[in-house]
Amino acid sequence: MIEINYYLIVSAMLFCTGVIGVLIRRNAIIIFMCIELMLNSINLTFVAFSSYLGNINGQIFVFIIMTVAAAEAAVGLAIVIALFRNKESVNIDEINILKW
Amino acid sequence: MSNSFYLVTILPLAGFLINGLIGKKIRNEKVIGAISTLAVFIPFIIGTFMFFELLSNEPGSRSITLNYFNWIAAGNFSVNYAYYIDPLSISLVLIVTGIGALIHLYSIGYMHGDPGFAKFFAFLNLFIFAMLNLVLADNFLLLFLGWEGVGLCSYFLIGFWYEKTFTGVAAKKAFIVNRIGDFGFMLAMFYIFTNFNTLEISKFLENISGSPVGDGLLLTIALLLFLGATGKSAQIPLFVWLPDAMAGPTPVSALIHAATMVTAGVYLIARTSLLYAMSPLAETLIFFIGILTAIMAATIALKQNDIKKILAYSTVSQLGFMFIALGTGVYWVAIFHLITHAFFKALLFLGSGSVIHGMHDEQDITKMGGLKNKMKITFITFFIGSLAIAGIPPLSGFFSKDEIILETFKEVGLPFMILVLITAGLTAFYMFRLVVLTFYGRQRYNENHVHPHESPLTMTLPLMILALLSVVGGFIGIPHIFGIPTYLKEWLDPVFEKSYAVLEAMHQPSELAVSTELILIALSVLVSVVAITLAFRKYFRKDEFEPESGLGKVLENKYYIDEVYENAVVVPIQKTSENFLWKIFDMKIIDGTVNGIARYISNIGFDWRKIQTGVIQDYTTISVAGVVLIILYLLFL
Repeated sequence: MIEINYYLIVSAMLFCTGVIGVLIRRNAIIIFMCIELMLNSINLTFVAFSSYLGNINGQIFVFIIMTVAAAEAAVGLAIVIALFRNKESVNIDEINILKW
Repeated sequence: MSNSFYLVTILPLAGFLINGLIGKKIRNEKVIGAISTLAVFIPFIIGTFMFFELLSNEPGSRSITLNYFNWIAAGNFSVNYAYYIDPLSISLVLIVTGIGALIHLYSIGYMHGDPGFAKFFAFLNLFIFAMLNLVLADNFLLLFLGWEGVGLCSYFLIGFWYEKTFTGVAAKKAFIVNRIGDFGFMLAMFYIFTNFNTLEISKFLENISGSPVGDGLLLTIALLLFLGATGKSAQIPLFVWLPDAMAGPTPVSALIHAATMVTAGVYLIARTSLLYAMSPLAETLIFFIGILTAIMAATIALKQNDIKKILAYSTVSQLGFMFIALGTGVYWVAIFHLITHAFFKALLFLGSGSVIHGMHDEQDITKMGGLKNKMKITFITFFIGSLAIAGIPPLSGFFSKDEIILETFKEVGLPFMILVLITAGLTAFYMFRLVVLTFYGRQRYNENHVHPHESPLTMTLPLMILALLSVVGGFIGIPHIFGIPTYLKEWLDPVFEKSYAVLEAMHQPSELAVSTELILIALSVLVSVVAITLAFRKYFRKDEFEPESGLGKVLENKYYIDEVYENAVVVPIQKTSENFLWKIFDMKIIDGTVNGIARYISNIGFDWRKIQTGVIQDYTTISVAGVVLIILYLLFL
């Protein structure tokens, strides 16, 4: 059996990849995918702990997160489309009018 | 009678509310006038009953306190809304309501057709209400309420014809000059409360009766109250507002600025006479202020040409006489002169109003003349009033003025008596100058434009009643040498008993020999007669009025006192206000501080707002950095 440490390390790596992606990419869709990546790394952590502790609660959380992620995907993509229609670009650094 | 005594003040207040709130809807001048007049006349009747009720009591028990409700209570400060009825206050109530009712009646004719008819009567009623509170007050605070109330009504009524600029200016002047006096009054009240823990006049007087004569605290209070009195009663140095106050309608001048309100200062000092009896310095000051005011105002009146201005200066001068009486410590004489003055001065003012009315708002006596036959009733009554003020026996002014002259001789000495006598002569002279120029001689107005006519009955009836009072009013205070009791003195003695006792303890009053007294009386009559004769000789055939020069010019310009005040007080205050308080202190220091702080904050904001880049990733970076820092902190610290 694989120890829990490995799951957690993979999960952390996935999460950091997501964070870095959000921070450095310009394309809104990729940022969006990175957010999904972070959510799924969390899911992995939950499942790992659920199995390790023999507690089913973690898996229930995973389902909730997946639901939220699906809903979020719908809303997020809609925003991206609306954005593109207005700006003809999905580059996030060009969308900076909400400032001083 | 004391059960329904509250009506005395409630009715004028009701009259004010009715005419003030729905007067414009009533429209009918007769109804408005009747409501107002009755609102003052019924209190007069009640007051008369009250007077007889007091008269039926023993002299020692002629005072009633009517406590209506607890007005203000805070900590150990408690003031009742209470009226104190004694011979002094009921006398004033009768004067205020009696003469007030006559003047209300007169105003119905005088104000006929004025667009502010209802407003005028509303204010007159409010004035009567305030004045009655002033004279009936049992404590200083209620007295102050009335004091301020009459001042406010005076302001309203001086500026009644507010479309004219000068009435507004005069009203403001009256109000502001009175503020200076009120300041003294208020300080006096604070002193009284902090030192005696009460504002009730009778308690206060009881408390001070044990103090040594000439006590510093009492002197301070006395002087501060006197400052209030000089403001209200138009004495030096605060008399300047009264002549200007003539800008108001003539009935107002008669009621407020001659018969009642301006005597409030005299009343105040008479009411607290014990305080003054115990402060000889204050008494001396009152005497000197009184005599100085009397002489100065009388000399100014010699050279004025506005009929109302002459009467105004005459009022100032006569008030000076009352203060002379107060200063010599014979308080009842001051009240005596107050009463007779109320009769004849109200008469003279109403008479002048009748003249102005008949002459179509002409007030310059050099443009009158020969009105004797055109306005018979006005002429006769005015003539009687002038004789009364000139001090011709047996009219009312003679007795009261003579009493003042006698007392000055007795208490202060011959030189001052001569001054008073000269002033009395000047009074007779300027009054008959006025009479001669107005009613005798050639007509100096343009007959094509002005058709003098007698006034309606509502105006002449009060004139006749007041003329009658001016004739017989003096008999209440006939000197005892004529073998008749001096009714007013006996009536007021219980009020001033303690004060007289204090004064007598200081020096025994010298009794004058009957012969001396008779000589003095003869002398004062002689002076008046000579002055009247001189006035007739000088002005009877006078047609040309060349500009004054020398001393005459100084008098015509009122000793330039207005100019002196303007330059010594008003201009410096205006200049400091404008150049320092406004342009430097307000605009630079106050505004500078406030705006400086605001600008500083705004500059900080201007610099720091740049962290809001609008780029989402900047925000995300910062929050991730924050999370990382927190994690590091938790892990390693």
